[in-house]
Amino acid sequence: MSILVNKKSRVLVQGITGGEGTYHASQMLLYGTNVVAGVTPGKGGTFYKGNEKDVFNKPVEVFNTVQDAVEKTKADVSVIFVPAQFASDAILEACNAEIKVIVCITEGIPTRDMLNLIKHVKKSGATLIGPNCPGIITPGECKVGIMPGFIHKKGNIGLVSRSGTLTYEAVWQLTERGLGQSTCIGIGGDPIIGTQFIDAIKLFNDDPKTEAIVMIGEIGGSAEEEAAMYIKKYVTKPVVGFIAGKTAPPGRRMGHAGAIISGGKGTAEEKIKIMQDAGIVVCTSPADIGETMKQVLSEKRKIKNGKHKIKIKTKSKSLKISKLKKK
Amino acid sequence: MKIHEYQAKEILRKYNVPVPKSIVAFNIDEAVEAAKKIEGNVWVVKAQIHAGGRGKGGGVKVAKSIDEVLSYSKKILGMQLVTHQTGAEGKKVNRLLIEQGLNIEKEFYVGITLDRSRSENVIMVSTEGGMEIEKVAEENPEKIIKEAINSEVGMQPFQARKLAFALGLSGDAFKNCVKFLLTLYQAYQATDATLFEINPLVLTKEKNIIALDAKMNFDDNALYRHPEIVALRDLDEEEPLEIEASKSNLNYIKLDGNVGCMVNGAGLAMATMDIIKLAGGDPANFLDVGGGANPQTVAEGFRIILADKNVKAILINIFGGIVRCDRVATGIVEAAKIVEVKIPIVVRLAGTNADIASKILENSEMKFSIATNLNDAAEKITKVLAA
Repeated sequence: MSILVNKKSRVLVQGITGGEGTYHASQMLLYGTNVVAGVTPGKGGTFYKGNEKDVFNKPVEVFNTVQDAVEKTKADVSVIFVPAQFASDAILEACNAEIKVIVCITEGIPTRDMLNLIKHVKKSGATLIGPNCPGIITPGECKVGIMPGFIHKKGNIGLVSRSGTLTYEAVWQLTERGLGQSTCIGIGGDPIIGTQFIDAIKLFNDDPKTEAIVMIGEIGGSAEEEAAMYIKKYVTKPVVGFIAGKTAPPGRRMGHAGAIISGGKGTAEEKIKIMQDAGIVVCTSPADIGETMKQVLSEKRKIKNGKHKIKIKTKSKSLKISKLKKK
Repeated sequence: MKIHEYQAKEILRKYNVPVPKSIVAFNIDEAVEAAKKIEGNVWVVKAQIHAGGRGKGGGVKVAKSIDEVLSYSKKILGMQLVTHQTGAEGKKVNRLLIEQGLNIEKEFYVGITLDRSRSENVIMVSTEGGMEIEKVAEENPEKIIKEAINSEVGMQPFQARKLAFALGLSGDAFKNCVKFLLTLYQAYQATDATLFEINPLVLTKEKNIIALDAKMNFDDNALYRHPEIVALRDLDEEEPLEIEASKSNLNYIKLDGNVGCMVNGAGLAMATMDIIKLAGGDPANFLDVGGGANPQTVAEGFRIILADKNVKAILINIFGGIVRCDRVATGIVEAAKIVEVKIPIVVRLAGTNADIASKILENSEMKFSIATNLNDAAEKITKVLAA
């Protein structure tokens, strides 16, 4: 199993004939994602094979509207590559056509546009991932987004992160140690996003195939804290965490619109403390994410075998996992 | 994006939110002219910089005569104003706001911002006007009254009434406050702001409700539909290196440390700064070269990092996804030829074409220290700093 996307997912690409859309659609096709349709208003009724730079390994039918595409192809996942000015409209169009999982890659959507649609999308029952995110991948089955496919490996670790390349870094550390992933989600770095940490964590906790969870946050907002509270209460699987931005100064936006410490809130220290209180094994260094998970899993297996002495040592710090002891 | 107080007040005027009579001045003559034009017998001379705490730093003075307006303006204009937000070196004052003095009866606080966890805008008021609102939130959280705004229907009059009652107002003051809050929210919405802060909001002896100060931040993503706000940008308030970086579409923030870094992606950039700290250094900057890193942007990034004289070493950390590592490596080698580099450079490249990239770096004439993973990069940074 996996969460949200799998080999049965029928993927639609909104903005498929644009530069970004073409490149990433070609990459998704190469990965084996079941791309069933594309939408570009005005280009409906054609079959698109990519451009001279990026050639598709099979032609994809293009439709004028998402509705048309859904009726003809039964697409149930959409990935959006349209420019920021038109992206909120694209999200609503997908939602209106009853697409179940909407992945918005587009960066730079005005906050007001997202505020105006977010409640409506949630009420509709659709799952929106992003915007401003790398997407979602179930390794070996379905890649919906812009992440490099080859760094992933099929397995049992669920990974959720606000960032793009830092997610790849963490995935790579896992894969290098032979730890495969059930599903990896990049939820995006904007202040208003569809899927929060807590939503992804719930799904991973309910997924029988996911054995442990990696959660990578960053400064700003309080989404990590809220997820930690949930984990403390409900999550039975081990969680390894990291928060980027310990060295970030207050009041400055660190790239992501959401990554800003304001009014003394959203600092790394505060987040780490609450996460540790919730039993999450928080890595001090981003270089230790893979190694820490490896140790957590081996300790977990020892507990299963009746051995109860636990101490996890990483390069930077030795960590206690009291949470595991309890179970 | 941030703007000056006088610009914020101009925006408020445009949306019919009451503000005192005030005129901006770029020199002493203009300041005196402004005071005469405003009339009355009390004026406030206010330094215009992009930082809070101006009053405590001596950047705001009450003048009781035109002569005092002149002497205060002379004193403030051109001074290095130090506040808790400027850092020790302070900020040079290039603009003044000359403002009408008011008969203040009470001071309040009103702010509008985004509540991310609820995906809603929130308007809040407090009777503790003039104080730092963070302090109030910490010490007397019950003194901050909040109303969440449903973005589908906007702010409603009943919400404004609730807030005005919470401030203990009645009669004309109450009516004026309700109107003030509703128009303020309209202005916030219309300008795609992410923060409006009116502190203090004052009740005058004449029962008027007026914004005595105004702080605004705007959503950078929405600036394309607000050319009138973009025009308010004051480059004097920004770090010169950051202005240069933004011209090349580089996301650069200058910090005070000794190790420069160049990274693709904001999250990884922050994580790399953390690694530098753990390795015993201090990050000299945040630099995200973005998803489209090519030889030109890498070269420009190099130039900007090296322009910071505090930088003793550089860590380049690229995780190739869409960005191919070999292209970045070529960029690094090319850039190092153009820009004279005398400090050690640690390079860590992973992901797409990382192996080709390592060869390019090894075969160049430059002496790069090539790290295989993040831990290795950290150790190499520690080593070069110790040397």
